[in-house]
Amino acid sequence: MDIFLQQLANGMVLGSIYALVALGYTMVYGILGLINFAHGDIVMIGALTALTTAHLLSAAGVPAPIVLALAALAATLVCVVLGVFIERIAYRPLRRAPRLAPLITAIGVSILLQYSAALVWGKQYLSMPDIIKPADIDFAGVHLTDLQAFIFVLACAVMAVLLWFIRSSRMGRAMRATEQNAEVAGLMGVDINRVIAFTFALGSAIGALAGLMVVLYYGIGHYFMGFMLGLKAFTAAVLGGIGNIPGAMLGGLLLGVIESLASGYIGDLTGGVLGSNYRDVFAFLVLIVVLVLRPSGIMGQHTGDRA
Amino acid sequence: MSAALLRDPRLRCAIYCVVALLLAALPFATDALLGRAWVRIIDLALLFVMLGLGLNIVVGYAGLLDLGYIAFFAVGAYSYTLLASPQFGIHGSFLFLLPLAAAVAAVFGVLLGAPTLRLRGDYLAIVTLGFGEIIRIFLNNLNRPVNITNGPQGITLIDPISIGGISLHKTYTIAGLTFAPVHSYYFVFLACACISIFISMRLEDSRIGRAWIAIREDELAAAAMGINTRNIKLLAFAMGATFGGVAGGLFASFQGFISPESFTLLDSIMVLCMVVLGGMGNVGGVVLGAVLLTALPEALRYAAPMQKAWFGEVYVDPSDLRMLLFGLALVLMMLLRPAGLWPSTTRRRELAARDGTHARA
Repeated sequence: MDIFLQQLANGMVLGSIYALVALGYTMVYGILGLINFAHGDIVMIGALTALTTAHLLSAAGVPAPIVLALAALAATLVCVVLGVFIERIAYRPLRRAPRLAPLITAIGVSILLQYSAALVWGKQYLSMPDIIKPADIDFAGVHLTDLQAFIFVLACAVMAVLLWFIRSSRMGRAMRATEQNAEVAGLMGVDINRVIAFTFALGSAIGALAGLMVVLYYGIGHYFMGFMLGLKAFTAAVLGGIGNIPGAMLGGLLLGVIESLASGYIGDLTGGVLGSNYRDVFAFLVLIVVLVLRPSGIMGQHTGDRA
Repeated sequence: MSAALLRDPRLRCAIYCVVALLLAALPFATDALLGRAWVRIIDLALLFVMLGLGLNIVVGYAGLLDLGYIAFFAVGAYSYTLLASPQFGIHGSFLFLLPLAAAVAAVFGVLLGAPTLRLRGDYLAIVTLGFGEIIRIFLNNLNRPVNITNGPQGITLIDPISIGGISLHKTYTIAGLTFAPVHSYYFVFLACACISIFISMRLEDSRIGRAWIAIREDELAAAAMGINTRNIKLLAFAMGATFGGVAGGLFASFQGFISPESFTLLDSIMVLCMVVLGGMGNVGGVVLGAVLLTALPEALRYAAPMQKAWFGEVYVDPSDLRMLLFGLALVLMMLLRPAGLWPSTTRRRELAARDGTHARA
């Protein structure tokens, strides 16, 4: 039972990161109907930017909370600029093209980002400086570090702010209108191009924070880290119902828990035949099962011809 | 003009003869001019022609974006290898194992196709990508508890092609020409590639091919016209996978060594690049794309000494440079020439019209 609770807690922490990344996929998909393959790599760029900033600042002897804040700021800035730039250059000209075209472009952008990062940061694993010495928290038989708790709380806070923003702000309303029907929203005076650019900016900013959390959580960064993270986050978005913002959050948490429990128990369940080295398979299996049984996801309503 | 010329049967025959002669002379000329390494690259290019044509059936004809295509290549390669290597001590006959590899790959094609029949476009892309990764993860980990694939170390000493006592592993001299293994393999691969081209072209004009294209254009309308979309889509997956399986079997025997490393997502993307850059749905375009994209990265190997000479330092590793150029090429092609270098006529019309259904509008 203790192991169960422990895996559950680990899964929730990991899942909250997946949820943040999944938001970037789901917001763009909701408005453009495009799987932004490059989003995982934007998160990677954010993670590596945060890592480098943290290295520079902590070497200069800046106190830890300021290092964290500045690293988050730098990552967010870089990612927002990058996200908006990519949308402008690569996706906007293809907005009315057949669907295969922007998808292939997105794959191209993803490869470009990965190998540009390899040029800038090299291909080795980069370690995050220990700016926070993790202290242990024991709660109801569950053992966590305060770092994990911090990640979870921050992720939840970001999601709460986002929900409020989409629901209550003027831009949030414009985003929802564009999602429902871009042309009619345009006729009502919504500047579609601005809304789409803003969506990319918002998704990238949240992705940058997620990237910072990933390097904090694992302590390492790598030019290829965005690939698997992106796939899992996309799975989370599909699981929750793609295009649906609360769905992405729920999907992310669920996927984290599923993955954590599955890789924790697979060894016992199969008598040691399959080990936790199969952990990455679960995300794909979840994806395939969801798409086959309920392509609209848990919280999605309309599928129509999408799936 | 050229089409009118080709209609004259004598002239057409003459052109075919010249092309055949050139292709026959190619490995020897390359060997003499550029060295044996380039003959090997040509051999690999022919394998990629087969792979490209197989993926073209799925993506180009039927319009089903498959991002895990390399999995079928892997399945073909491993089915051949397991029955023709010291791994299990089984050394089957090539003539039996190659069709077997094709058949196993086809079964996997149907296995992938069946659960994804209802999916379209981008969803299908992600599921196929996941499928490819699952296959690779299994190949990597099936070395315990029972050692089947030998895990990440891969399998070595795979039997070369040998038919009736003639092993392509040996060097033969026929009529003054030296047939080193690379040369012999070249002719085997060339034959297979030509058969693939022939099958692809005939398929395109066949009832099945027209059904695929109908599904690509409008699945609902195709179904309304009496096409059994389920079976026809499964057939596209199976047929595409078969090409991949054959290429995989040939690859294993040619290399003598395979490991899961050879079957990553990047390889899937590379085959997709060949199809997209060459021209989706057009056999000539796919062949062009496959040859170009196999040869160019090899040419980029010269980029390292060049950087050294110009800047005194190697700034960009050639393999990274290759990937950067791939990414750039994909983006630029979609922006500037979405139908590919040598597009099929229908595709060109379709993309030029620019009235494809906008995502949400």
